[in-house]
Amino acid sequence: MIKLDAKIPEGPLATKWTDYRSKVKLVSPNNKRKLEIIVVGTGLAGASAAATFGELGYQVKAFCFQDSPRRAHSIAAQGGINAAKNYQNDGDSVYRLFYDTIKGGDYRSREANVYRLAEVSVNIIDQSVAQGVPFAREYGGLLDNRSFGGVQVKRTFYARGQTGQQLLLGAYQAMERQVARGNVKEFTRHEMLDIVLIDGKARGIIARNLITGEIERHAAHAVVLATGGYGNVFYLSTNAMGSNVTAIWKAHKRGAAFANPSFTQIHPTCIPQMGEYQSKLTLMSESLRNDGRVWVPKRAEDVKKKPAEIAEEDRDYYLERMYPAFGNLVPRDVAARAAKKVCDEGRGVGPTGRAVYLDFKDAIQRLGRHVIEERYGNLFEMYEKITGDNPYDTPMMIYPAVHYTMGGLWVDYELMTTIPGLYATGECNFSDHGANRLGASALMQGLADGYFVIPMTIGNYLSNDIRTPLPAISSAEFEETEKEVKERLGKLLSINGKRSVDDFHRELGKIMWEYCGMSRTAEGLLKARGMVQELREEFWKDLRVPGKADELNSELEKAGRVADFMELAELMIVDAYNRNESCGGHFREEYKTPDGEALRDDENYAYVAAWEYAGPGKDPILHKEELNFEVVTPSTRSYK
Amino acid sequence: MKITLKVWRQESPEEKGRFDTFKLDHIDSHMSFLEMFDVLNQQLIEEGKRPVEFDHDCREGICGMCSMYINGRPHGAQSGTTTCQLHMRHFKDGDTIVVEPWRARPFPVIKDLVVDRSPFDRIIAAGGYVSVNTGSPQDANSILVKKSDSDAAFDAASCIGCGACVAACKNASAMLFVSAKIEHLSRLPQGKTERVRRAVNMVRQMDMEGFGNCTNTGACEVECPKGIKIKNIHKMNAEFFRAVWVSSEEVEA
Repeated sequence: MIKLDAKIPEGPLATKWTDYRSKVKLVSPNNKRKLEIIVVGTGLAGASAAATFGELGYQVKAFCFQDSPRRAHSIAAQGGINAAKNYQNDGDSVYRLFYDTIKGGDYRSREANVYRLAEVSVNIIDQSVAQGVPFAREYGGLLDNRSFGGVQVKRTFYARGQTGQQLLLGAYQAMERQVARGNVKEFTRHEMLDIVLIDGKARGIIARNLITGEIERHAAHAVVLATGGYGNVFYLSTNAMGSNVTAIWKAHKRGAAFANPSFTQIHPTCIPQMGEYQSKLTLMSESLRNDGRVWVPKRAEDVKKKPAEIAEEDRDYYLERMYPAFGNLVPRDVAARAAKKVCDEGRGVGPTGRAVYLDFKDAIQRLGRHVIEERYGNLFEMYEKITGDNPYDTPMMIYPAVHYTMGGLWVDYELMTTIPGLYATGECNFSDHGANRLGASALMQGLADGYFVIPMTIGNYLSNDIRTPLPAISSAEFEETEKEVKERLGKLLSINGKRSVDDFHRELGKIMWEYCGMSRTAEGLLKARGMVQELREEFWKDLRVPGKADELNSELEKAGRVADFMELAELMIVDAYNRNESCGGHFREEYKTPDGEALRDDENYAYVAAWEYAGPGKDPILHKEELNFEVVTPSTRSYK
Repeated sequence: MKITLKVWRQESPEEKGRFDTFKLDHIDSHMSFLEMFDVLNQQLIEEGKRPVEFDHDCREGICGMCSMYINGRPHGAQSGTTTCQLHMRHFKDGDTIVVEPWRARPFPVIKDLVVDRSPFDRIIAAGGYVSVNTGSPQDANSILVKKSDSDAAFDAASCIGCGACVAACKNASAMLFVSAKIEHLSRLPQGKTERVRRAVNMVRQMDMEGFGNCTNTGACEVECPKGIKIKNIHKMNAEFFRAVWVSSEEVEA
């Protein structure tokens, strides 16, 4: 039976992290050399942790399924990274960033974690700049900032539309430096397929070498999962094709609680779906809403007209109309729902009627084409490549798409899961974004966890392990776990049915998008649960995976991931059904204000829903971590 | 659209490869090139055959994982475009398209269109960084960087490490890749301290991996999906000569 203990330090919010750091147990340099840490995933959270562990002197093994650590999906983040530097002198502070993040998350995150995040945000910028990350600058040589959704200050640092790429390259290069020094060993084209527990502690992983298909055992004193989000459960999302839930799902099945699995971020500005063949959706950075105006025709009969043929007075700039205080820069969940609403009213544009315009005409007139080009050039190019339309001449068409998952493994203040010695960092944990993540804060969280939090907190655990030798990979626990992994792979290959992995995945995605997507109802969720169970049964009866286990076999890789998505999907549905309120990205049709805004229920649902795995076919067990707001008073989240 | 594909198939690094020909009858012109491969693979799975292995991940032109050599050009004929961002509207109904893996000795074929690009990671490990440990830096705005330097560093830093430059070069030279990183870092004040060591060590590693040298044909610049300029190579040469002939700093092997 899982017991949740968030281990939040005593004392005032503003000094918790400082106090913790002064009192935390340390591991001496000569002992660090004897301790091995496995890091799974090499995105911002993983690479920054691996690099920093290496710098501290730990022995690190870093795993990624891509052919190079630099390709992890953090690379695709466009817009920017927040930090409470107050370089713009516009009244920003650590408290304000903390407050905005708590409010943006619709009061479903933990105060202590979020405050720490805001605190270390400033160090991230210092660190990245020192590494040579080429952030945007002004002519005086100082760093430039822009604004993002849900806030009223300019605190976002950016590197054109490639901020994630530049930050990841910084972390990757720092990690490669440790590779050269022998502190980090990298295992590319390796996928973690299970976690090995010895005496209840995480002591290693089973990984598949994706080139040879060989199943490998790797032991360690602690395991850090930094494996990103699980948005691909919806099939179509802005995630990379390989992004998956497997690592954290295996951890969940071995005893790690899974928190708020249904909290999904639907990003409002993505390129709409064009056809059934589509393999992924492409994000257009939220930063575009700084200068772009979102609109649809006022009248449904105008939707088939060309945008230039629709007169100014016949356009409905609905975000500016509905939310005058924040206008086009309302948070993502609000903007996404508003887009759905106007499309549901029949005023959506494009061939499918599921799109709205994002128009730069006014900004180009006001600032000149060259300014827009400098700010968003690469995004405009990307848009033109995909759609064939030039956004300098005609408005972009956009529609919401699955982008980020706020849910993930439950972690305490030290980022440890409910399995001792198993940590989760970055998007794969649940900790900082509550029910909705604000723009430019995913990069912030990944790097905060990896550079500044876990290198400190892991010592508190490892200091008790300095006399523990590295577990033998010949032990019964490794033997048994490896056997289970091999059996599962064998099973996937032996079904020999008719339907491909993608075929099943696409069907699962449709169920999830329809019933567990932008808006949810109890009735729909019940129905969806049955549908997912049926589909899962069908999957294990009628799947066709060609090829063998002992070779490069991408269909087999996908099959394992989709098998896990099939199980996760049901947990997401259960979680969404349990939460009888609307908050952030979780919108239940039954719970809304008269004007259609999300209606929270703080009395009954101000908790983190942490689910324990109870075994195949059994209902998961709910554990509640009550959220105590000591500093901020939860109020109605209004952007009007 | 109807498309005929001639695709390189190779079971393993040791085995000999061959071209397989496939006919696709229902290709939508809005599809990306990789989505066409998805369609092909679905068709192969249905027929009980082995699908084509190819590298891909983000499918938005930034991760650098996709790597097809299309009709004799890395990432195809569309300039400034990765394979995942190449769309079928740039082909004609009835076209025959030849698809091969990157061909360069330092990038051995693993299977079909998948090659091993790990030499790039080892080149970065040889010196493609600023040596700064987490937690030690000063306030970010205490380092002033001229906007023009910052912009130039960014231009070089936007390399995605896909290896198209190597595939395009008749000498299989990696100099565009290596020079982009050297220019990114040595252009900035943060990276200047280590410029001598960086230039010497990265070039040494590049040579050890077996990449050829630049003979100024400029194919890399033409084929680079991110517009990395060949002038970076000239600057790298200058950095290297400066390191070897001008600087008094010794760099141990």
